[in-house]
Amino acid sequence: MAANKNLLLSHFKIADIVTEKAKVLDLGCGNGDLMQYLEQTKKVNAQGVEISEEAIYKCVEKGLCVLHSDIDNSLDSYPDNSFDFVILSQSMQQVKKIDEVFKQCLRIGKKVIVSFPNFANISLRSMLFFRGMAPVAKALPNKWNDTPNIRFLSIKDFENFCKDNNYKVIEKYFISNSKYVHIMPNLFAQQAVFVLTK
Amino acid sequence: MRKDTGIVETKYFTFKNFVLENEQVLPEVTIAYETYGKLNEQKNNAILITHAFTGDAHCAGYHQGDKKPGWWDTMVGPGKAFDTDKFFVIASNVLGGCAGTTGPASINPATGVEYGTDFPAITISDMVKAQKKLVEFFGIEKLLSVAGGSMGGMQVLQWAMNFPEFIYSAIPIAATLRSTPQQIAFNEVGRQSIMGDVEWKKGHYYGGKEPAKGLAVARMLGHITYMSDYSMQKKFPVKNPEPNENFDFNADFEVEEYLRYRGSSFVKRFDANSYLYLSKAIDYFDVQKDNFLPEEKNLDIKFLVISFKSDWLYPPYQSENIVKHLKMKGQEVTYCNIYSTYGHDAFLLEIKDETHLIKNFLNNLYNEVFESGGK
Repeated sequence: MAANKNLLLSHFKIADIVTEKAKVLDLGCGNGDLMQYLEQTKKVNAQGVEISEEAIYKCVEKGLCVLHSDIDNSLDSYPDNSFDFVILSQSMQQVKKIDEVFKQCLRIGKKVIVSFPNFANISLRSMLFFRGMAPVAKALPNKWNDTPNIRFLSIKDFENFCKDNNYKVIEKYFISNSKYVHIMPNLFAQQAVFVLTK
Repeated sequence: MRKDTGIVETKYFTFKNFVLENEQVLPEVTIAYETYGKLNEQKNNAILITHAFTGDAHCAGYHQGDKKPGWWDTMVGPGKAFDTDKFFVIASNVLGGCAGTTGPASINPATGVEYGTDFPAITISDMVKAQKKLVEFFGIEKLLSVAGGSMGGMQVLQWAMNFPEFIYSAIPIAATLRSTPQQIAFNEVGRQSIMGDVEWKKGHYYGGKEPAKGLAVARMLGHITYMSDYSMQKKFPVKNPEPNENFDFNADFEVEEYLRYRGSSFVKRFDANSYLYLSKAIDYFDVQKDNFLPEEKNLDIKFLVISFKSDWLYPPYQSENIVKHLKMKGQEVTYCNIYSTYGHDAFLLEIKDETHLIKNFLNNLYNEVFESGGK
């Protein structure tokens, strides 16, 4: 499939988790590669939300449903449990009102899938420690002055966040260099995928 | 080689005893319309284009001898956004209009003279019901899409409201679920300008002088609301002239000249009473009060909602409100707020972006409809 080359292992993991014919909301869907993959492989009914006008055009080309909006202001009008899955794939770092967005996601979605780069990964730690510069890596490709990200968090940070808010983590996966990590993920994983429920 | 729509002709469709929303009856209604492209055998490739306030049925192509094409020729034609190589496009003049469809300037069969202000009040819903009769005349059971900007967008939303089972998709552009006080206020000033013209004569001016001055001023005001601060600065680069010794309130500024020209050319093609009736229909438009879209029905309409960033007459938040209501109803919707500096007029000017969205949206939809055998 043509879209595959733009997908990360975390995307394939998300596609594994999502069930057949599910109703899916992809927050920060970008060019719609993940949504298209989900529609093709899981026959889902997907709705995207995306802030970039250019990306909207790409989604419409693919025949996807997409709303031109930021994530923070796109959730309140959906009825409770409107979606089987709400996905925040590599987009949580750009959300302004995290607490409110997670509350809404868990209200409108039966399950919430979150994937994000782990800021405490060993190579990022050492970049900061030995080179004394803000880390730049495959998962965090932009320099400090050119990044859309406003949040930098570790796996531990996110686990604490879930604990503090009583969000149930029902599945979690850790990835480094296209392989799953099982030991000391907060140190060795580059990417994390979490599945939450209320 | 680029193909074009070429020469087209306005046609007319007439039906009797049309009951309006206010239960008054028009004994006879004629609708002016044009079509482009070919209706396929399954009759599932038809798209209705609805026009804005002062538009008409002449949407694409050229009338014999004309130098200017129809009002949305950039969007409708072979290979264009509404691709007439694939789709059968119908455009018609609205009820109450003055470009061939029955309106206040038509002859009242009861009196043998023009209706004038004896013409009954009409609504956006009346326009849409009349359009449905035209569409059914072609034997079409379901439209692939209804699309239009501004008042045309209101008709699109009204179609979804009145006949949801009759459309696969809806494309409201620069529209709103209900008219707001600011929109109504501008319309009211336009109406006062017409009704304050001594030639208006309570609407019975036919056969004599028309309230041309009043109508021209209404149009000048309208034009200001269709542009933006930025687009006016671009159009009329500031080089303010000095008042000279023959100072006489002539059009010293480019923008004055432009508005006067626009006003005076408008009165040649538009009827003042139609302006009054249609602007009232716009003001009364409110599909939000009924919560938009019937709750009980299991609807499946695909929406493509488009707004423009610099549109201050129908600002993007009003399109976002449409989207919000669609989300609440669980309807599939795509929304794009196109970056544009043209103001409300953008829906006639941002051709590249609109084409990109609409062409892809319709092509994907068309494939879906055919894959499912026309449902």
